[in-house]
Amino acid sequence: MTARIGVVTFPGSLDDRDACRAVQRAGAQPVELWHDEASLHGVDAVVLPGGFSYGDYLRCGAIARFAPVMGQLVEAAGRGLPVLGICNGFQILCEAHLLPGALARNAGLHFVTRDITIKIENDTSAWTRQYQRGQDIRVVLKSGEGAYMADPQTLARLEANGQVLARYASGNPNGSQRDIAGVVSEAGNVAGLMPHPEHAIDELTGPSADGLGFFASVLQAVAIP
Amino acid sequence: MTQDVAAVPAVAAQDTVAGAAATPGREQPFAALGLTADEYARIAAILGRRPTDAELAIYSVMWSEHCSYKSSRKHLRQFAEKAPATDVLLAGIGQNAGVVDVGQGYAVTFKIESHNHPSYVEPFQGAATGVGGIVRDILAMGARPVAVMDALRFGPAAAADTRRVLPGVVRGISFYGNCLGLPNIGGELAFDPCYAGNPLVNALCVGVLRHSDLKLAAATGPGNRVILFGSRTGPDGIGGASVLASASFGGAGEGAKRPSVQVGDPFMEKLLIECCLELYQAGLVVGIQDLGAAGVACATTELAAGGGTGMRVRLDSVPLRDASLGPAEILMSESQERMMAIVEPDDVAAFLAICRKWDVLATVIGEVTDTGRLEMTWHGEQVVDIPPGSAADSGPVYDRPVSRPASQEALTAAGPERLLLPSTGADLRADLMLLLGSPDGGDKTWVTEQYDRYVRGDTVLAMPHDAGLLRIDEETGLGVALATDGNGRYCQLDPYAGTQLALAEAYRNVAVTGARPLAVTNCLNFGSPEDPAVMWQFTEAVRGLADGCLQLGIPVTGGNVSFYNQTGGTPIQPTPVVGVLGVHDDVRRRVGSGFTADGASIVLLGETRAEFGGSLWAWLRHGHLGGRPPAVDLEAERALAALLAAAAARGLIQAAHDLSDGGLALALAEACLSGGTGCVVRPPADAATFLFSESAARAIVAVRPEATDDLAAASEHEGVPMAVIGRTGGPALEVTGLFSVPLAELGTAYRAALPELFS
Repeated sequence: MTARIGVVTFPGSLDDRDACRAVQRAGAQPVELWHDEASLHGVDAVVLPGGFSYGDYLRCGAIARFAPVMGQLVEAAGRGLPVLGICNGFQILCEAHLLPGALARNAGLHFVTRDITIKIENDTSAWTRQYQRGQDIRVVLKSGEGAYMADPQTLARLEANGQVLARYASGNPNGSQRDIAGVVSEAGNVAGLMPHPEHAIDELTGPSADGLGFFASVLQAVAIP
Repeated sequence: MTQDVAAVPAVAAQDTVAGAAATPGREQPFAALGLTADEYARIAAILGRRPTDAELAIYSVMWSEHCSYKSSRKHLRQFAEKAPATDVLLAGIGQNAGVVDVGQGYAVTFKIESHNHPSYVEPFQGAATGVGGIVRDILAMGARPVAVMDALRFGPAAAADTRRVLPGVVRGISFYGNCLGLPNIGGELAFDPCYAGNPLVNALCVGVLRHSDLKLAAATGPGNRVILFGSRTGPDGIGGASVLASASFGGAGEGAKRPSVQVGDPFMEKLLIECCLELYQAGLVVGIQDLGAAGVACATTELAAGGGTGMRVRLDSVPLRDASLGPAEILMSESQERMMAIVEPDDVAAFLAICRKWDVLATVIGEVTDTGRLEMTWHGEQVVDIPPGSAADSGPVYDRPVSRPASQEALTAAGPERLLLPSTGADLRADLMLLLGSPDGGDKTWVTEQYDRYVRGDTVLAMPHDAGLLRIDEETGLGVALATDGNGRYCQLDPYAGTQLALAEAYRNVAVTGARPLAVTNCLNFGSPEDPAVMWQFTEAVRGLADGCLQLGIPVTGGNVSFYNQTGGTPIQPTPVVGVLGVHDDVRRRVGSGFTADGASIVLLGETRAEFGGSLWAWLRHGHLGGRPPAVDLEAERALAALLAAAAARGLIQAAHDLSDGGLALALAEACLSGGTGCVVRPPADAATFLFSESAARAIVAVRPEATDDLAAASEHEGVPMAVIGRTGGPALEVTGLFSVPLAELGTAYRAALPELFS
């Protein structure tokens, strides 16, 4: 059975189509989920894609967390459903308190689009188990509010628990604390990543194909033993 | 808010058609609305009475220079008259945007438009709404917008006002385009003192559709409903087309123009895009028009005129953001993110349901009639009753006086021959570093990294490559390439040749990726058409572009004219920006511009002459602008493009980069830096010409040594001169016997200028 991976479209989601393509390239079946529907349609994992949900006029992700689809999502995530939030999706997961911390305006204040290198720090999560710890991968960063912030206790806890998913390894592009590019929940199923692995699935259209590993990882994680 | 629109005289809501007939002598503020006494008299002649205030509002915006092309129309006919025989055009000039057949059942629509004046008044919103407007033009053709580009020109980079305007413009484009989810795949950035009080912000959008999805702006089928959907109508941009875009900036009155700039909401536009595409998919749209300049006035007149029908509209049913607006203000408002559709009565419910799904407000405001009249009511009283074609199509056409300025002779005579050319290695090196370290010649990443170039996942090439390249079909690899070019210095020296050089460069930029140039769009930025010298520049530019397109065999599909780009009596350099679209048969065989591997032969294609008139070197080294621009040879351009396409298809070349501003020197530096590989080239005796001349119809390519013979044979076949000038590799850009610049030093100089000025 092919794994079915949901990709949620909020009004203002932009990278939903790219996320679907990445899911497909990894060998899973993408399932389009609509923000206004409560049902997750029995998917095996969910991706919250990048974009500007609801225009991000209040605060990035602040409105999306109240969308009907989020109720079941939060519940299912608590039961272990793998969820990956990319960029705006990461912001939504923080707003929904599925992940600790918050994303603030870039240190340089500008929106930044850049090919960057990140170092994988956790190779056991549902989304990174096909990478090696310490592995450098080439992905795309494109965000205006990507500076990861958390209080010292939270940062210490993240480090101690191995919840830092990846760090910026080619310079800190946005002022994120401890160069953090992504974090994962304590249970290892909910991940948030500021850079875009779905834009790095093919050298024709991205800086590398390194990002496919996130989607291949979750396929392995949800495979029925 | 209404006091903000004090520039427009207050309009009495009760000025009805009956009232106008009964009060023939009432004075009306036609001059304040930008109409001449003759034009006002002509309106009265058409109607057989004085216009109502609402009718006057319609004519004032529809007959503005911005909407009616009254000074340019006579000359623009050449694009149709001289159009090359082609079967690729599915819709051409006169539609919202031209539509080109690119094969495999796909069509592409693209257009470039100016938003110069609003961007000077309010850089952020001016540039943002420029993107929004052109995207809706593309959407109105039935296409999904898939990418944007922008061609920008500012005053001197170090000038204080440039620091106000440029960051705001870039942030506006970044904000709007990024929030819409459209990749920004290229464009231009140039600086010159002539743009100090009048920056140029030209935005291009490209969209993709299947042939069968093509939509036209026509209200057909009497009884069909007229639906306005998208944002509510507010007091923004009232009179923008007539007041702002059709007059020059003077000293006085700028405060009054300030509120004429609109405010953009890209989130609403993103919803509008998805909503429209779902409506198209469901087959619920008979005709559609976007609301841009002149808002409801323009959409209703053009739809009714396009359909050869009539239309009845209840203006009081237009949803408002400001309840105090009257009929004339509603007609002229340029509130963004609105569209107007013609829908069959039985489809209205389904139409409104899809709008609800996307949270898009939609309102039936009228219906199509067979009366041939555009009629509008305001709370039951008739305030408009006009033949729509009289406003939309048969506005005034002016044959403005044209006169070659006397100063042109002196400009041509003051050629670059007297300029001292560098000859020693140290001098040549210094000149390369000067060009490379300038805002014009240097790296544009500070700007382009604020744009999302990756969204949608089909961007194959973007900045810093010569053209943007998009994949259209994942299975077959079909794609399109796009480039825009313009050179104000060349056009100042000779607007006819300068425009052809802009066309040639965009054509070449598309060709170096391996694509086949197919069609042309243009944005003609000029000073006041009331100045005979400017009119001469304009007519020469149009003639040059029409002749050039005929010779290259690629049709002009549409475009935009922006006049009154001047400060006081001083016009900008004539700046036609030409966009060329090409089709790529398989984007997997695209050719990038960077040297990515050691040991390749560097081949110079084309012929180099000592041509420094209008060159970046003459301008930056000597502050000189005079003489003749480089010679135009469109047959050579065509041969070069054919060679590049053949070489890319056969996989002969690893990299290709066009030669333009800054000549071979700048092209080599860019190719080294973007690919991260050095090079060694052997100069001929005249190294300055070799490095800095801007002769057209040239490119450099990197070729595996074993493929050099094949390339030579292909060059010979196409009649393109070719010379192996060096080899890629090594830690520097080295010109044998003269100088060498380590890549690190080259990169530092290249990347310094813009961040130093704007960060």
